[in-house]
Amino acid sequence: MISRLSIEALALVRGERPLFDGFDLTVEAGEAVALTGANGAGKTSLLRAVAGLLPPAAGRIVFHDPSGQIDPEEARARDLHLLGHHDGLKPGRTAAEELDFWTRWLGGMDEGRAHAVQALELEPLLALEVRKLSSGQRRRLALARLIAAPRGLWLLDEPLAPLDAARRTRFGALMRVHLDGGGMILAAVHDPLPVPTRAVSLGRA
Amino acid sequence: MSALTALFRRELTLAWGRGGGPLFAGAFYVGLSTLLPLAEGPSPQRLAAVAPGAAFAALALSSLLSLERLFERDFEDGALDLLSLGTTPLEAVAAVKCAAQWVGNGLPLAVLAPIVSIALGASPSLAGLTVLTALLGGLGFAFVGGIGASLALGARRGGVLVAVIVLPLFAPLVIFGAGSVSALAGGLDWRSGLLFLTAYSLAAAALAPFAMAAACRNALS
Repeated sequence: MISRLSIEALALVRGERPLFDGFDLTVEAGEAVALTGANGAGKTSLLRAVAGLLPPAAGRIVFHDPSGQIDPEEARARDLHLLGHHDGLKPGRTAAEELDFWTRWLGGMDEGRAHAVQALELEPLLALEVRKLSSGQRRRLALARLIAAPRGLWLLDEPLAPLDAARRTRFGALMRVHLDGGGMILAAVHDPLPVPTRAVSLGRA
Repeated sequence: MSALTALFRRELTLAWGRGGGPLFAGAFYVGLSTLLPLAEGPSPQRLAAVAPGAAFAALALSSLLSLERLFERDFEDGALDLLSLGTTPLEAVAAVKCAAQWVGNGLPLAVLAPIVSIALGASPSLAGLTVLTALLGGLGFAFVGGIGASLALGARRGGVLVAVIVLPLFAPLVIFGAGSVSALAGGLDWRSGLLFLTAYSLAAAALAPFAMAAACRNALS
């Protein structure tokens, strides 16, 4: 399991446009980091770079477990969740079909799926097609993947934006359980998360 | 059920779900081959002579239809990001997607193939080989088509781009597939055409996943 993520002197470029350079960040087990920054500062790109989807222009991203540095491919394939603006849910399939598929794909078990359904109150939504869900309901379905397939590092992009106040608090409790279990959260946010976070601001200021 | 089986089932239900891709492809196939007698005139001898070739060319065009959505849909909605984050390599994802494209799309078209070619005047004795060549050709169409679909990711008017990329690569399949059926119709050796068709399709199935995975990674970054 990933116990530390270190980002060293990272520079990212999107197309021709440099986003930032010389960015350093270390996230330790049990820690939540809230990335802030103006629109276009590169928060989403940073998350995608950590997930291995966007190659860095310079610098490196290193994953450690308690025994030392681990293979980044391996770490990303087994122990990392990415939740972005695009949630990968298919409008024409039911919530149950999508949750089943992604749980299996991400290596989760049936117990994990059942726990996720209960924790995010998805039971009444399972039979509905994804297209019929409200944006808050749809986000809860996307968040359910984090619970259904336990993985150490959560990369979240504006995770709670469409949720109502009660659901935010509820998901805050789930985040706390994740952190208490040695998990890590790196989230791009504009609103504060309902857990204690370390704020890191991204920008060329 | 392993992750890849789950993916295969997902791909099939997506293909057959709303939008009914394979039904459209089948209707397109039948429609296209109905145009031939209208253009060529209804003379049975003339039609029978070109039926195997025309039916195979129509099959190739019909196989193009749903290729655009093969990767594009998952690319647009972020599913491809998540598919690349599983423990399964992207090469296997691409191979499973194409296999599902073959089963979901190629199989129904292969079932239609002898009907279309008999309707055009081909001898019913060719039906068996027509199905076989359509099936094997369909395998090649799916995997070669997947290369085009992945290369066109993120491009505007991707569907047309896919067609332009893959049609030249479809040529050997059409030559060997239609050639084998025509050879049987003419009482010549049909086996070599069939073997070349099989070889090309199997080579595509073996090699294309690497190209598709590379193209997907490039599109995602």
